Amino acid sequence: MSQSYDRGLVEDFGRWKEFSAGMWAWVFHKFTGWVLVGYLFTHISVLSTAVSAAGNTRAIEAQNDVYTVVISTLESLLVVRILEVGLLAVAVFHILNGCRLLLVDLGVGLDAQDKSFYASLVLTGAIVVASVPTFLEGVF
Amino acid sequence: MAERYSSFEEGGTRWLWQRITAAFLVVVLAFHFFLLHFVNHAYEVSFMASSIRMDNLLYYSLMILFLVTATFHGVNGVFNALVNQGLTGRRKRAVKYVLVAASVLLIVQGVRTANAWAGISLF
Repeated sequence: MSQSYDRGLVEDFGRWKEFSAGMWAWVFHKFTGWVLVGYLFTHISVLSTAVSAAGNTRAIEAQNDVYTVVISTLESLLVVRILEVGLLAVAVFHILNGCRLLLVDLGVGLDAQDKSFYASLVLTGAIVVASVPTFLEGVF
Repeated sequence: MAERYSSFEEGGTRWLWQRITAAFLVVVLAFHFFLLHFVNHAYEVSFMASSIRMDNLLYYSLMILFLVTATFHGVNGVFNALVNQGLTGRRKRAVKYVLVAASVLLIVQGVRTANAWAGISLF
């Protein structure tokens, strides 16, 4: 049975000490969502260098076309690799918490929604830590 | 029963499409990360390697669908977050058209990029 609650404004972050697991999940999901949509636009912009590179067969074969040069230069920077680890953390949390939201909307596991939020956090941490060596490979 | 925290109006069309695209994106975003960071590595990226992947029609179609669903999911999420913050009336309509225009530009540019790799010259 559905019930309505006066949850107040979650947007009023001055109340953060009162936040429950569900509210933190909402805040993190929204934050990671904003980061991902911002990244999507940046990602397509950077990849668009492929449009300029296309057709220059000689440069593509020599791997000195504008796309390859831009991407390999970015990937040679430690700060970019660290930001990629951050992006992974953001994406993994958004995916795991998204699965949790799909289940909650289907009415599955409502009683354990706080525990599934903590599980999303722990699993995100574990996946990100385990991925660090792969993400930093070749940069040093 | 737990409280319901969501920026979406429960049962609305925007909510439903957000969930449908989410179910697709959960799988494809994980695949995208896995393929481009764990199977292939960041330091190996080249135009030729991207071209070889995009030459496969199944991969090309999946990436175009990924682009469209990710754009919709992201922009719909932003729009609903703003509506949830109290955006109404003329400002709501203006934001909607700006977001639709940004989405169209992003999708067109994404398709042009995919076509550049696949060797398709449409526009």
